[in-house]
Amino acid sequence: MSAVAGHGASVHIQNCGKTFPDGTQALAPASLDIVSGETLVLLGPSGCGKTTMLRIIAGLETPDAGGRVLFDTTDMTAVPIEQRHVGMVFQSYALFPNMTVAENIGYGLKIRGVDKSVRAARVAEMVALTNIGGLENRRIDQLSGGQRQRVALARAVAVRPRVLLLDEPLTALDASLRDRLRSELNSLLRSLGITAIYVTHDQAEAMELGDRIVVMRKGAIAQIGTPREIYFAPQNRFVAEFVGAANIVEGPVAGGRLTLPGGWLALDNAADNAAAVAMIRPETIGIVAEADAFLRGTVESVAFIGDRQRLVVTGAANQPLTVDAPNTINVRAGERVGLSVTPQAVRVLPKED
Amino acid sequence: MSHRNFIWICLLPLVVVTAAFFLLPMAQLLAVGAGGSRGVSAYLAIITEPRYRATLINTVVLAAATTIATLVIATIAGLFLQRHRFPGRAVLIAMLTFPLAFPGVVVGFLIILLAGRQGLIGAITAAVTGEKVVFAYSIFGLFLGYLYFSIPRVILTVMAAVQKLDIGLEEAARSLGASPWAVQRDVVLPALGPAFVASGAIAFATAMGAFGTAFTLATNIDVLPMLIYTEFTLAANFAISAALSIGLGVIAWAILALARSMSGGAVAAAG
Amino acid sequence: MRDRLIFASQLGFTLLVAAFLVVPVVLSITAGVTVNYFRGIQSGVTLQWVVQVWNLYAGEIGLSFLIAFATLAVTLVVGVPAAYGLHVKGGRLSRVIEEIITLPLAIPGLAIALALLLTYGGFGGFRQSWLFILAGHVVFTMPFMVRSVMAVFASVDIKTLDEGAASLGASPWTRFCNVIVPNAMPGILAGSLMVVTLSLGEFNLTWMLHTPLTKTLPVGLADSYASMRLEVASAYTLIFFIMIVPLLVAMQMFAEKGETK
Ligand SMILES: Nc1ncnc2c1ncn2[C@@H]1O[C@H](COP(=O)(O)OP(=O)(O)OP(=O)(O)O)[C@@H](O)[C@H]1O
Ligand SMILES: [Mg+2]
Repeated sequence: MSAVAGHGASVHIQNCGKTFPDGTQALAPASLDIVSGETLVLLGPSGCGKTTMLRIIAGLETPDAGGRVLFDTTDMTAVPIEQRHVGMVFQSYALFPNMTVAENIGYGLKIRGVDKSVRAARVAEMVALTNIGGLENRRIDQLSGGQRQRVALARAVAVRPRVLLLDEPLTALDASLRDRLRSELNSLLRSLGITAIYVTHDQAEAMELGDRIVVMRKGAIAQIGTPREIYFAPQNRFVAEFVGAANIVEGPVAGGRLTLPGGWLALDNAADNAAAVAMIRPETIGIVAEADAFLRGTVESVAFIGDRQRLVVTGAANQPLTVDAPNTINVRAGERVGLSVTPQAVRVLPKED
Repeated sequence: MSHRNFIWICLLPLVVVTAAFFLLPMAQLLAVGAGGSRGVSAYLAIITEPRYRATLINTVVLAAATTIATLVIATIAGLFLQRHRFPGRAVLIAMLTFPLAFPGVVVGFLIILLAGRQGLIGAITAAVTGEKVVFAYSIFGLFLGYLYFSIPRVILTVMAAVQKLDIGLEEAARSLGASPWAVQRDVVLPALGPAFVASGAIAFATAMGAFGTAFTLATNIDVLPMLIYTEFTLAANFAISAALSIGLGVIAWAILALARSMSGGAVAAAG
Repeated sequence: MRDRLIFASQLGFTLLVAAFLVVPVVLSITAGVTVNYFRGIQSGVTLQWVVQVWNLYAGEIGLSFLIAFATLAVTLVVGVPAAYGLHVKGGRLSRVIEEIITLPLAIPGLAIALALLLTYGGFGGFRQSWLFILAGHVVFTMPFMVRSVMAVFASVDIKTLDEGAASLGASPWTRFCNVIVPNAMPGILAGSLMVVTLSLGEFNLTWMLHTPLTKTLPVGLADSYASMRLEVASAYTLIFFIMIVPLLVAMQMFAEKGETK
C-alpha cells in the first residue's frame, strides 16, 4: 500500500465561475484551496453547481475567463483532462463495456505505457485493495452495482493520480450497501493519503468522509469548514437548515437574553439586537419539569424512533420546536414541559439580506 | 490536439463529402433549373404547364392510392401477426418482410411475371375465361409494383408499433363494455396513429420518386420521374428536368417533414 | 366461434398478401432454371441461363461488389467519426448537419443524379470512371451509417465513457479507437449491412450515372429486362436474389437481436 501513498497535489481554484453557452450561470466566481492529502467534500442540494466545480477541477469544463486552476504551483487551466493526471469516479461509473474488469483497471496504466508485468502487479494490488478478487475476467454487465463501484474506484486509483475526483459515487447504490461502502471508502482514502474531492448531496456522507466540507448553494459557496464547524457553527440559515435538523427561532436580544413567546434563553456574549435569528439543534434541548425552566411549551406530538424520541413542542418559540429526547423519559402529547438549553447550544446567525 | 479540434476533424470529412457531392450539385441543379429559356418561372411550370400539371396530379393520385392501400393491408396483416402466435408465424413474417430491399427494377420485373404478357394472371385468365388479362404495363401495374415495394416496410413499422401498445388500454376498454370492433376503432387505431403517419409518409414519398419500377414496366403512364427522365435524356431539356426534379424533391421532403412534425419525430429513414 | 371466424379471415388475408409478395419471386426463380418458360417447367430444368448470365454480366456483378465495398469503406471512414462528432458536439449546428445529410433519403435519386451530372458531367475522367457512381452511392447511403451509429451512441452514454477514458490519460484519438469504436460496434455492423445491401441494389441514381463501361448489377438487370428473353432475365434476377438475401437475413437477425436486448 505504501506504493500508492502520499502523492497528492494541493489544488487551488482561483476565481472560477462557469456560465454555460445557454446562459445558465452554474457557478459564480469562487476561490478554494485544497490541501495536499485532504479529503474535501462539496455538499449542496441538486443543481447547486457541485458537479460543475468538480468538472472544472478535472478539466472537463473550462472556467469562465479569469478563472484559474492550479495543481501545486502549476497552472492547469488550459491543460486537458488527459494530461492532468487525475483519477475520476463517475456517478454512472463509466466503466468500459468492451473491456473486462482487469482491463478496465489497467487501462490508465496501459495508456501511460506501463510495462505489462508491472501493470498486472498493480492491477492485482488494486483488486486486493478494493476487495474484488475473483472478478478480474468478468465483463462489466456481469457485475453488481457495488462491484462496479469498486472497479470504478480501483481504476481511478490505479494510476496513482495527483487528485482523486468522485462525483456522487455511492448515490446509485441501495442504502445498506451505501453505508458499508462509505466506511470502506473512508479508510481507503485515509490510507492512501491522496488528495480527494468528493461530491455529494448526502450530509451524512459529507460528515463521515470530509476533512473539510464546502457547502454550496445556487452556484456559490455558502460555508467552508470542518464537519464540526459546519454542524455546530453554521454561518447562515441555509447551512444550518441543510446540514442536520435545526430549529430556527426569532426574537429580540437584550442583556444576553433571547426573548421568545414561551420565556427566554441565555446566550453567550451576544450583542443587543431587536430582531435576532438563532439556531438550536434538536438534540441539544433538554426536557425538564416546567417549574425548573425559563422556557416552556406544550408537547404537541411524540414520535418514538427507537434510539430516541422526537417531540414537537409548541408555544415556546414562534414556530414549533423539534426536540430529540432520550427514549427513557416519559412524556405525552398535551403535557406542559420546560425546555433547558445551554448558552453554547444557541447559535445566533448573522443577519441576511 | 484538444478535444474540440478532434471533433472538428471528425466532422470535416463528412462536411467536405456532403458539400462536394450533395450541396454543390443541388445548388447547381437549382441554378440550371432557373437558367433555361423560362428563367425562374420554370419552377412554376410544374403547375402552370397543363401537361406537367396532369403528370403531377397523376403521380400524386397514384402515390396517395398506394399509401392508403398499403396502410390498410399492412395494418390488417401487422395487427394479426403481432397479436397471434401460431405455427408458421415466423415463416409468414419472413415472407412478408424479405422483399424489403428489392430495388424498383426487380419489383417491376416481378410485376411483369405476375401480370405481364407471359404472366401468371394472364395464363390463368386465358385458361379460365379464354381471354388473357394483361395489366402490368398500365397504371394499375405500376400501382401493384409500388404496393409490392411498400408493404414489407409498413408491416414492420405497424408490427413494432403494435408491440409497444399497452394491452391494458384494450382490457380497460373491454371492461367498460366495448365490443372488439369498438376497441379496435377507439383504442388500437388511434394509438397507432403516429406509426401510420410515419410509415404512410415514407410510402408516399417513395412512390412519388420511384423510378426503377416505372422504368422496367416501360409504360406510357405519365409519372413525374419518367417525365423528368425523358425530358433529360430524350429531349435534352436540362432546365425543365432540373426544375421538375427540384419540385419533386421539395414535395417529397415536405411530406416527410410534415409527417415528422405530426408524429413527433417517429419518421424513420426511408430505405 | 366468432373469434375463430375472425382469426381465419385475418389469416387468409395475410396469406394472400404473402402470396402476392412470394409468388412472383417463385415464378422468377423457376423461370430462371426452366428450359423454356413458355412451355413450362415440363420443358426441363437447366442452369444454362444462369451460366449465360454469368458469362454476359460477370463484369457488372464484379463492379457492383467493388462499388458496394468502396461505398462501405468511405461511409465507415467518413461516417463513423462524423457520428461521434455530431453526437458529442450536439447543438444546433449538429442538428443542421444531420438534417442535411438525411436529405438524400427524401429527395428522389433521380434528382440527385441529375444534380451530379450537371455539376461533374464535364469532368471527363471522373465522369467516365466508376468513382462517379461511388460518389452517388456515398451520398445516398451515408445517412444510414451515421444514423445507425448515432442510435448506439444515444443508448450507451458514450460521452461519459469518453470522459472516463480521458480522466485516465487517453488522448482523443486513443479514446476513439479504444472506447468509442468498440462500443459503437453494433451500430457500425448494422449500418454496414444496410450500406452494402442498398449499394448493391441501387438503381435510380446508378442508371443515370453509369456509362457503357461502368454498368452495375441492377443496371445490367434493367438491360436484361429490356432486351433479353425472359429466362435470361429471370436467371439474372435469381443471381441477384442469391447475393442479396443473405444480407437481408443478416439484417433481420440483427434487428431482432437489438430488440430482445
Ligand atoms: N451543459 C450545461 N448546459 C447548461 N446548463 C448546465 C449544464 N450543465 C449543468 N447546467 C446547469 O448548471 C447548474 C449546476 O449544475 P451541476 O450539474 O453542477 O449541479 P449539481 O450540484 O451537480 O447537481 P446534482 O446534485 O443534481 O448533480 C444546474 O442548474 C444545471 O442545470
Ligand atoms: Mg451533479
